[in-house]
Amino acid sequence: MDNVIRRRTLGARLGRAILYAVLLLAALFYLLPLAVMLITSVKPLAEISPGTLLSLPREPTLAPWTKAWGEACTGMRCEGVGVYFLNSIAIVVPAVLISTVIGALNGYALTKWRFKGSELLFALMLFGCFIPFQVVLLPMAQTLGWLGLSSSRAGLILVHVIFGIAFTTLFFRNFYVAVPTELVSAAKLDGAGFFRIFWRILLPVSAPIIVVSVIWQFTQIWNDFLFGVAFSAHNTQPVTVALNNLVNTSTGAREYNVDMAAAMIAALPTLIVYVLAGKYFVRGLTAGSVKG
Amino acid sequence: MSLSNSVVQPAVGAGARRSHAGMLQACLPKLVLAPSVAISLFFVYGFMLWTFILSLTNSRMLPSYEFVGFAQYARLMANDRWWVASTNLVVFGGLFVAICLALGLVLAILLDQRIRQEGALRTIYLYPMALSFIVTGVVWKWLLNPGLGIQAMVRSWGFENFRFDWLVNPDMAVYTLVIAAVWQASGFVMALFLAGLRGIDDSILKAAQLDGASLPRIYWRVVIPCLRPVVFSAVMILSHIAIKSFDLVVALTGGGPGYASDLPATFMYAHAFTRAQIGLGSASAMLMLGGVLAILIPYLYSELRGRRHG
Amino acid sequence: MTSFTSPFTKTSLAIASAAAASLAFSSAQAAEVEVLHWWTSGGEARAANELKDLMEAEGYGWEDFAVAGGGGETAMTVLKSRAMSGNPPSAAQIKGPEIQEWGELGLLGELDEVAEAEGWDELLPPTVAEIMRHDGHYVAVPVNVHRVNWLWANPEVLEAAGVELPTTLDELFEVGEAIREAGFIPLAHGGQAWQDATVFESVLLASGGTEFYQRALVELDEDALGSEQMIEALETFKRLRGLMDDDMSGRDWNIATSMVINGDAGMQLMGDWAKGEFTAAELTAGEDYLCAAAPGTQDAFTFNIDSLAMFRVEGEERDAQQALARLVLEPTFQEAFNLAKGSIPARPDLDMSEFDQCAQQSMNDFQRTADEGGLVPSMAHGMAVRADVQGAIFDVVTNYFNSRDMAAEEAARRMVNAAQAAL
Repeated sequence: MDNVIRRRTLGARLGRAILYAVLLLAALFYLLPLAVMLITSVKPLAEISPGTLLSLPREPTLAPWTKAWGEACTGMRCEGVGVYFLNSIAIVVPAVLISTVIGALNGYALTKWRFKGSELLFALMLFGCFIPFQVVLLPMAQTLGWLGLSSSRAGLILVHVIFGIAFTTLFFRNFYVAVPTELVSAAKLDGAGFFRIFWRILLPVSAPIIVVSVIWQFTQIWNDFLFGVAFSAHNTQPVTVALNNLVNTSTGAREYNVDMAAAMIAALPTLIVYVLAGKYFVRGLTAGSVKG
Repeated sequence: MSLSNSVVQPAVGAGARRSHAGMLQACLPKLVLAPSVAISLFFVYGFMLWTFILSLTNSRMLPSYEFVGFAQYARLMANDRWWVASTNLVVFGGLFVAICLALGLVLAILLDQRIRQEGALRTIYLYPMALSFIVTGVVWKWLLNPGLGIQAMVRSWGFENFRFDWLVNPDMAVYTLVIAAVWQASGFVMALFLAGLRGIDDSILKAAQLDGASLPRIYWRVVIPCLRPVVFSAVMILSHIAIKSFDLVVALTGGGPGYASDLPATFMYAHAFTRAQIGLGSASAMLMLGGVLAILIPYLYSELRGRRHG
Repeated sequence: MTSFTSPFTKTSLAIASAAAASLAFSSAQAAEVEVLHWWTSGGEARAANELKDLMEAEGYGWEDFAVAGGGGETAMTVLKSRAMSGNPPSAAQIKGPEIQEWGELGLLGELDEVAEAEGWDELLPPTVAEIMRHDGHYVAVPVNVHRVNWLWANPEVLEAAGVELPTTLDELFEVGEAIREAGFIPLAHGGQAWQDATVFESVLLASGGTEFYQRALVELDEDALGSEQMIEALETFKRLRGLMDDDMSGRDWNIATSMVINGDAGMQLMGDWAKGEFTAAELTAGEDYLCAAAPGTQDAFTFNIDSLAMFRVEGEERDAQQALARLVLEPTFQEAFNLAKGSIPARPDLDMSEFDQCAQQSMNDFQRTADEGGLVPSMAHGMAVRADVQGAIFDVVTNYFNSRDMAAEEAARRMVNAAQAAL
């Protein structure tokens, strides 16, 4: 008896050790690119050479970071990527808010006020998720021209909202399906209106899915390059365009440490959002689909 | 039907108002949906139609409306590079979705064993999803380049015969795309599965344990079937990523060596924008969309139906 | 096709003309040009700033729209999107036959007044002037002339291998073998389609000569494309692969250049923008690094000319645009910009004493080949054929170069098909 227990604990311990080893190995795989970026970004240019991607800097320096933020040339302006940060924020914030609000109302209408053909409409909208953005570039440009919104911030926000609502609608719809309909039916019998029910019953329980929608849209729009470069004006380019100008310069010497620092800076907002809110993100995303 | 005391009514003919309000209420959901539906009709389906029309023209640098029938499709079929790109998408997409699901599930199950520092590990697995390949592309190129990255590093540790040169091998380059794409998305899938596992009722597991089933058996027979809706979400998100994969190719291989790792999205972009062949590019876009629909419609249909009945 | 004047531009024009009476030198209200370009590296940007300063000194504003990536590919995408929306920039970096395509769409504005006042017909070499004109009118202004058929070398590596710079293709292979035996990579290369094509066109120029180059890669003569000469050029090109290392795939050209700089590799076939890398490493031409015409192409010059094409605009903006066109050829800008870019000025009358010996040789060869014949447009850099044919040729070249088993005959056959790609 004793033997068995001891053997089992031994086996269990071994199992735990293997378990942790596997998990840590996976963590290394995921961390590798970020580690290389971080290490390179604090190395002096002279220390960057082939085969030493992971060796720690002998003389760590923050100079690449300050240069990337405020001095590096992205075109003729040598003000770093810092100024483009504000452009990105000015685009991302309204686009995320608008697409989330529309998605929430759509999801609510699709689940709690079903009508003939509402499922079909949902399926119809869903395909918006799958259209490759390269395909819509030219017709979108022409449409923005018609609307008088070409090369304007409003135009760019509009584009992001348009191609974001397919996702936000999907999220909210899947979430609201799981919210008990009885409450809504009772409120309807009481004569409460469409918006009132939304405000009083759906919205209070929507926090997890709002987090999902906001994070998803924030990441997508912040990381967008194609729309940002094609539909922005010279003074409203988002940070990804500035980063591209820095990193994809085709002639002249490259300062890899500055490139990496700029990439880290451009990635920081989404990274922070994921680190801080990742838990809620995942919880919210599955809240609907598992139970529904 | 009682009028809710909260509905404030100014002094107008109450009866008329009520029926007006009733009609308005009945229409409201549709009114709320209308802009979105209009938007998808115009910006998704309208643009698809526009693209289809362009695919029938000989548009070059900018759209023109000189129709040439299905000539662009015929040229596409005769284009070796298009076939390479399409085959690559099948290989890349299939492997990417399968590996992400498998890796995500395994990691989720392992992470579900009361692990210390679970939060930190989860964040580490998840963070790549926050980054675009515009940010990480250069690093990936370094890491996968035999002379600069992993191969050089492992060799410098003393394993002189270590080889990892997929990036420069025309037969293997497409698999490097899979590695980087799996890196980006598998942690996200893991997180989906983990949340799914946490959502499963403990009593089901207890019952299975009382029946004397072994742990692997419980997972295989009881737990994984419960995760079916998660698999649905994951497949939807992963296939959307696979089809849209563009930055990945541009950053990692540029389609090379030669055009061995081209994908339809990069093919379409190269022809429509760089090579002034909007007609041909549109034709490739249509075939791409057709492929997407052919795969998605049956899947969506069975899943949505299945769930409603279940 | 719909009209390309959008309400947006009209509004800004209205605002501009309302301010027309104001002083020309008040920079806040002066007419502005928006310039789309991909001069984004540090040196280029500083040099281009010279132009901006010149504009501002005359009271015009410069709105900078820089988009890097893929040798201007991304910038062209942006330009198409802007044109579709009816709101193109005042000027854009467009080059070669593409100028003609934009001209055919009726989108470019004329520069004939400036050209006449400044005497462009006399100032510019005829070959250059020809490219800048559409339908007989000047629509673009040249910024510089790049030479593509250069060979760069590290003298220390050559010395260690006991060899001199090769002057023929045969010598290139001999020198390459010697360098390999001395333990270096003979030829640094980056396996990207445009780099493959850059090397290919130099090999074709060397093995087939100027006339053949012209027939095959400029006129797209099907007999030439499928000829024995083409097959021979392709085979020689493929043999060069033996002089390169295995890890070249996807490598950026400047990494390849840094291999020459660091002494890992002996030579590189690349255009004169490579000089920027050597300069940045604080090396001196002729001492720390060597330049020579690509082996076998001493009497030829494959050119790649950057230019700014002007879009059709009205009123104040047009004045600013015309000023821009004039200032681009201003000696101070030409000198500053080309010193930074590694290229030579687009006007041959400038004093070249500030330039290094490679640039001086480039200028001499440019004028010599222009007189003797041998000045040819670069196919790899979009100067010879339109983008669709160029892309189709790239596909053939890069696929053949990277394939293990494709025969040169098959590649030549595909080359003929590629030339027919234009529908």
